[in-house]
Amino acid sequence: MAQHKVNYTQDAGLPIALTSVDKIVNWGRSNSLWAMTYGLACCGIEMMAAGASRYDFDRFGTIFRASPRQSDVMIVAGTLTKKHSEFIKRLYDQMTEPRWVISMGSCANTGGMFNTYATVQGVDRIIPVDLYLPGCAPRPETLQYGVMLLQKKIRANKAGNAQKAKRLM
Amino acid sequence: MRAYKPKDNVQAKAYYTDRFYVAPQVPKSAVDTDAVFAADLEAIKAKFEVKDAYIQVEQMVVYINAHDIYGVLELMRDELAYTQLSEMSAIDWLAKDNTFEIFYQMLSMTKRKRIRVKYFIENGQAVDSVEKLFRSADWAEREMFDMFGIEANNHPFMKRILMPYDWQGHPLLKTYPLEGDEFAAWYEVDKIYGKEARDIIGPELRDTARVDRYDSERFSRLGFEVPKGTEITGNEEPHVESYQEEGGVFMVTKLDKESSKVIDDPQR
Repeated sequence: MAQHKVNYTQDAGLPIALTSVDKIVNWGRSNSLWAMTYGLACCGIEMMAAGASRYDFDRFGTIFRASPRQSDVMIVAGTLTKKHSEFIKRLYDQMTEPRWVISMGSCANTGGMFNTYATVQGVDRIIPVDLYLPGCAPRPETLQYGVMLLQKKIRANKAGNAQKAKRLM
Repeated sequence: MRAYKPKDNVQAKAYYTDRFYVAPQVPKSAVDTDAVFAADLEAIKAKFEVKDAYIQVEQMVVYINAHDIYGVLELMRDELAYTQLSEMSAIDWLAKDNTFEIFYQMLSMTKRKRIRVKYFIENGQAVDSVEKLFRSADWAEREMFDMFGIEANNHPFMKRILMPYDWQGHPLLKTYPLEGDEFAAWYEVDKIYGKEARDIIGPELRDTARVDRYDSERFSRLGFEVPKGTEITGNEEPHVESYQEEGGVFMVTKLDKESSKVIDDPQR
């Protein structure tokens, strides 16, 4: 026979936890942030390292998906060229809401060292960005910290209301 | 002693200011100092006109006429054992005399020698494709067209290779600005959102020396974050940004430094 250790003096004697819809939905969303693999350049290596066993993104519920339709957060890791800019917009549009974007590294933030004709000077010219991670490239710890900050941001939102559609314009 | 250059505001300036700078040349020597190259040059001279030839950094440079290029490379491949075209492209001399210099870098694995075949074309003139001789010329000639606007006759797929198909301008021309012309600056905005979005999105921030300590829209120092749109006075109090709420999160353990164990030995 199973040994249920129920505290009968708490929660009216029932093995339950009381919470609000906001909290449980945000808890679910923030702890299962499926990230789209978007390694565009060397930051992608750090992103892969953050996903591999030493840093282990699975602890945060962040699992890399190869499809925008299955993912919640787009981690733009690397240099975005102007030739590629239409594809990042298309992939962002294919992600289901609610969706978030992390801009990882100097190149994705501002164009970085590539002050040239062929580089987009910051992905926020194309898609709305929630979080900018500085660094060239940011270490996996930075990406982990960024994901934790994004989780905090998600938990601060009202989940009951529909997420305000984020549009650049 | 090296001439003094003022270094104030050096970040704001482009690193290379003289885009028409011509690097000094290393010494050249006569072709007959190398027996292998001399024999190769004789074989080329027997069939084609050679304008100039010399040895530079142990490689022979041969100047020929533009219309001879296919024949010269065919002769070198089939009879002189230069079986690889490692690289070909163009050099922009438009500012000097309105010409392009086209070069073909040839490699012989058996002779262990390299020959550079060169010729000049006028601006707007097309070259003969050598794609039928060397498959490596396929992409190299497309890149030459992409970067300089020099077309190759008889090429099977004469389109841009690096830049998008709808790109305007040829970026490796010395007259092309490094940060792009107006078309390049607005390319992604025009293509995705249309020209009417230019006012909303705004021009690119190209100033590398721009420092904004409290820029909360792009960067902010850790501990100085403010919400977007906040009026920034410069007197913000620093605060500790915790990655979890004080009350903790359901079923998620918060790191407690006092109760955690620090492993100092990396070889544990």
